Amino acid sequence: MASLSQRKKSARNPEDRHPFLDQLEQLWRNKTAVAGLLVITLFVLTAILAPFLSPHNPVEASLYDQIIPPIWEEGGTWKNILGTDDLGRDILSRLVYGARVSLVVALATVGIAVFFGSFLGAISGYYKGFLDNIIMRFMDILLAFPHILLAIVIMAYLGPGLTNAMIAIGIIYIPRFARIVRASVLEECEKDYVTASRSVGARDWRIIFVAILPNCLAPLIVQTSLGFASAILDAAALGFLGLGAQPPTPEWGAMIAMGRSHILRAWWVMTFPGIAILFAVLGFNLFGDGLRDALDPRLRD
Amino acid sequence: MLDPQMANGTLVELKALVKHFPIRGGVFLKEVASVRAVDGVNLSIREGETLGLVGESGCGKTTIGRLILRLEEPTSGEIFFQGENILTYNKERMRNLRRQMQVIFQDPFSSLNPRKTVSHIVGEPLLVHGMKNRREREDRVLELLRVVGLRREHMRRYPHQFSGGQRQRICVARALALHPKLVVCDEAVSALDVSIQAQVINLLKDLQQEFGLTYLFISHDLAVVEHVSDRLAVMYLGKIAELADSVEIYQAPLHPYTQALLSASPIPDPTLKRDRIILKGDVPSPIDPPHGCRFHTRCLYAEDICSQQEPELKEVRKNHLAACHFAGSVGLH
Repeated sequence: MASLSQRKKSARNPEDRHPFLDQLEQLWRNKTAVAGLLVITLFVLTAILAPFLSPHNPVEASLYDQIIPPIWEEGGTWKNILGTDDLGRDILSRLVYGARVSLVVALATVGIAVFFGSFLGAISGYYKGFLDNIIMRFMDILLAFPHILLAIVIMAYLGPGLTNAMIAIGIIYIPRFARIVRASVLEECEKDYVTASRSVGARDWRIIFVAILPNCLAPLIVQTSLGFASAILDAAALGFLGLGAQPPTPEWGAMIAMGRSHILRAWWVMTFPGIAILFAVLGFNLFGDGLRDALDPRLRD
Repeated sequence: MLDPQMANGTLVELKALVKHFPIRGGVFLKEVASVRAVDGVNLSIREGETLGLVGESGCGKTTIGRLILRLEEPTSGEIFFQGENILTYNKERMRNLRRQMQVIFQDPFSSLNPRKTVSHIVGEPLLVHGMKNRREREDRVLELLRVVGLRREHMRRYPHQFSGGQRQRICVARALALHPKLVVCDEAVSALDVSIQAQVINLLKDLQQEFGLTYLFISHDLAVVEHVSDRLAVMYLGKIAELADSVEIYQAPLHPYTQALLSASPIPDPTLKRDRIILKGDVPSPIDPPHGCRFHTRCLYAEDICSQQEPELKEVRKNHLAACHFAGSVGLH
């Protein structure tokens, strides 16, 4: 195995390899990142294949099957492997469909936040001065609120619902991306390649988005990955408070809220969604850290 | 300043150029002082020549380069490029003019975008100035790489895969992409090993012959400047102290500062003994430069007049300008 890979390497000049391959290799060597990636892959696959994986309809209640324990507990059946909740809905099916909801929420919120955050951060870092002050003070205002409170305020304005929850969480995540991008843009602006681009006659948008922004990618990607994690958490929190996904949508946070009242006689109703959240968040966090190590060429060599 | 007949071949002319960087402080960010980086410089660069610009760090030589490229807006003064005042140009006209003036920086590690391939870096000027066709652009990039002594297989590589000298060659290739008239070499070889320095300098000289380039060669390294430049300007604290043909300056410097500088630069001959002028003290702060002659605080020959009256840059010998009240009468002769 080792000799094979060595032969492969010597066949081509290692200098000629695209750095992307190096980065992949770097990522592959980081075992915790691989573990994170594995969890994420599982999560994404579950979300995509939900209709095929779930044994039951996640929203179908059955009055005869209320609060059935998981299979290994006394009274558990193969019909509902992880048991049922107080309305008799199959928990495994709800978890599987819940992955779908969480994935969509994570993608949408982080998408909103990355798009607006990096745009605002990049222009305020590049132009500095007055514009920078206006934008960053506004970001400070957003940051001054406890973020879940701010999300609730926005939800109060927009009304409850999953779409509005995504918008609300997206908005409250903008400042962290804006700050990170601004900081890196400020740093990159001092480098001569930016001056070189200017002296060549490149227009501002080209310098910002083509020359500088790719160099700010490493912290941005790490933050994105961590952002997925906290977006899932916050969406669950809003769901728990009844502001996010509305019943009967199988959303992990809402499931925990539902199971809360039965915790003493049916621990499984709220434990499994909790574990699902834990793993999804952990997966993104581990992968995010691994990505940072692999993506930043300055950390290598 | 210079003989008007000579102005025919003038590519760049600076007139009374001033750049003050404001220092802001206090609650309302009022301007409390300013760093007088460039303080009234008259200078012309002739077509096809290499003008060396030397001085200690902080004397404003880099700022002059940046002002000429209009990467920095001057506080006052005029910059003429091919007879036109480029300070009156709007953004779009300036953008077009940038084809004609390029820059090579000191640090070849920060002047190349680490995320772009060589092909992209060298091709950027072409793309920016309208060469949209990828194939056409890559052909030109290849040609440029050949000119600076790099090979086809280097095109797809990233800057971190190159050595310092190779990187500086890439910078040279980028600077040449648009067939510029003027190339500002801002300490272009200072970060390189001596042997690599020689390579890059020889490359620059060859390219000058081949393409008729004009260089503004900014450096603190007198040996390098002597080797490359036709004329030499010595700067001290934002002003030109002396300006002449470089052979002339090295043989018979008129300004005490130039004399001190030259005597401080080492000669590779241990048997040779010579008088050295050791300058005392540090360069005064450019925030509050001395009255009169800026050099009088450290000058060996300073007299009363030096601290009261500022000497003008005047022609002391033919084509040899110096800003010293006693130019020609003091020194180690």
